[in-house]
Amino acid sequence: MLRDALLVAGKDLRIEARSRVALWQVLPFAMLSLVLFAFALGPGQLALRQAAPGLFWLAVLFSTVLAVQRSVAIESGEGTRDGLRLSGIDPAGIFLGKASAVFLELLVLQAVLWAGVTVLFGVHLRTPWLALVASVLATIGLASAGVIYGALSAGLRVRETLLPLLVLPVVAPVLLAGSRAWAAAIGGSVASGVSWLRILGPFAVAYLVLGLVLYGPLQEAS
Amino acid sequence: MTAQPRWVRIVGALAVVSSAATVWLALWVTPPDKVQGNLVRLVYLHPPIAWVAIYLAFGLAALSSLLYLWRRTRSLFWDRVAAAAVEVGVVFNALTLVTGSIWGRPSWGVWWTWDARLTSTALLLILFLGYMALRRVPADPEIRARRCAVAALVAFVDVPIVHFSVVWWQTLHQGATVLNANLSPTIHGSMAWTLLLGFIAFTLMFVWMVAVRYRVEVLSDRIGDEELEVSLAERWAEGDQAEPVAAGTGNGNGTSGPGQPFVAEPSGSGR
Repeated sequence: MLRDALLVAGKDLRIEARSRVALWQVLPFAMLSLVLFAFALGPGQLALRQAAPGLFWLAVLFSTVLAVQRSVAIESGEGTRDGLRLSGIDPAGIFLGKASAVFLELLVLQAVLWAGVTVLFGVHLRTPWLALVASVLATIGLASAGVIYGALSAGLRVRETLLPLLVLPVVAPVLLAGSRAWAAAIGGSVASGVSWLRILGPFAVAYLVLGLVLYGPLQEAS
Repeated sequence: MTAQPRWVRIVGALAVVSSAATVWLALWVTPPDKVQGNLVRLVYLHPPIAWVAIYLAFGLAALSSLLYLWRRTRSLFWDRVAAAAVEVGVVFNALTLVTGSIWGRPSWGVWWTWDARLTSTALLLILFLGYMALRRVPADPEIRARRCAVAALVAFVDVPIVHFSVVWWQTLHQGATVLNANLSPTIHGSMAWTLLLGFIAFTLMFVWMVAVRYRVEVLSDRIGDEELEVSLAERWAEGDQAEPVAAGTGNGNGTSGPGQPFVAEPSGSGR
């Protein structure tokens, strides 16, 4: 299963590296949303600084939808899904592979996005390890939930409009817990930040397990 | 199958009677509350509706989705039950928010607060609206059933996580929760009985609605199949009529007519 996952993840990442869709479309979109948030809130540094963690995670959530849509689009070419199904790769492996590809893309995106928040909003992390742990856990959850719903909506003509409606409410706890944890990492108490990891951890585990179990039936269905 | 099963009609009648009794007890028999006055009468409406929406409906939907996905119990029955339960649940969930809002306005002074329970109820509504949107996408019944079952389970797993995250979010932001602050801790005799009856009435109503909705689902699936067959037959008949016009035997609209040179495709293939 792990070998299959590596294969699939490698394939997805290679396609990303060559097509550069994530680099030239998703990443600029995320940065653009930061700028738009600043326009919405006004140029006052104080308001922006307070809102920074929430805006950061909101941008990550929107980018997740794009990244997942991209990950589904890769498989939506002529006969690609059948090819994947016929290749004898374990469905759980496919799920793990696609989720890890999205996971890596989102982590890179967060790194760049954070640089943007630092520069534009003037915010600095005081406890970077807390932010990093929160990010990793949150991104595992985001990527898993996203890929499950991506598979659900694969092959549907209304995919583009349906996917955000399905994914965003499910990942709402990640937005909540992620931004609180990051707020703690920026300037709050570390203990309260750590308590938010207790949301992010179970969320990540729950959706990782759900994906591993349910991807098989889903693949048959589409 | 076309007739309503008898137990459904009995449950429906019982639901009507018990809701009427609840209305009577709630509006005329029970006393107004010391603090809240007549507002307290919402207590006979709001909690039972919430109970139906959040526990009964979504619990049943998750259970039947699980039973559908499990190979041994896989049947479209469970899929339809899940669909019916979600649909009724969404309506009751919306009603929970509306009645809560109506109650909140006079007693807290606002239509909405970011209270943990309110927020998670609202998220729940959006989660299952997504399920209904997915269900409306036309697809083969088996495929749609599997997709929807997965979606329901994925959404259901989210419910406790949403709940805890919102509770923590709330408690870290403000002090104590406003909910229950106005609700008198002890509840009087006739009020307790009315509340109990309210729960029973709404549970019966839920069972009746799910049963009726299930039947509608069965019938609409069947009408889909039959419409297809009818229109196929019409197309064949058109062909029959068009061809033998020269021969003068124009009346061949039956499927048993002689002018059926082609073998009909299996009728399910078009969906």
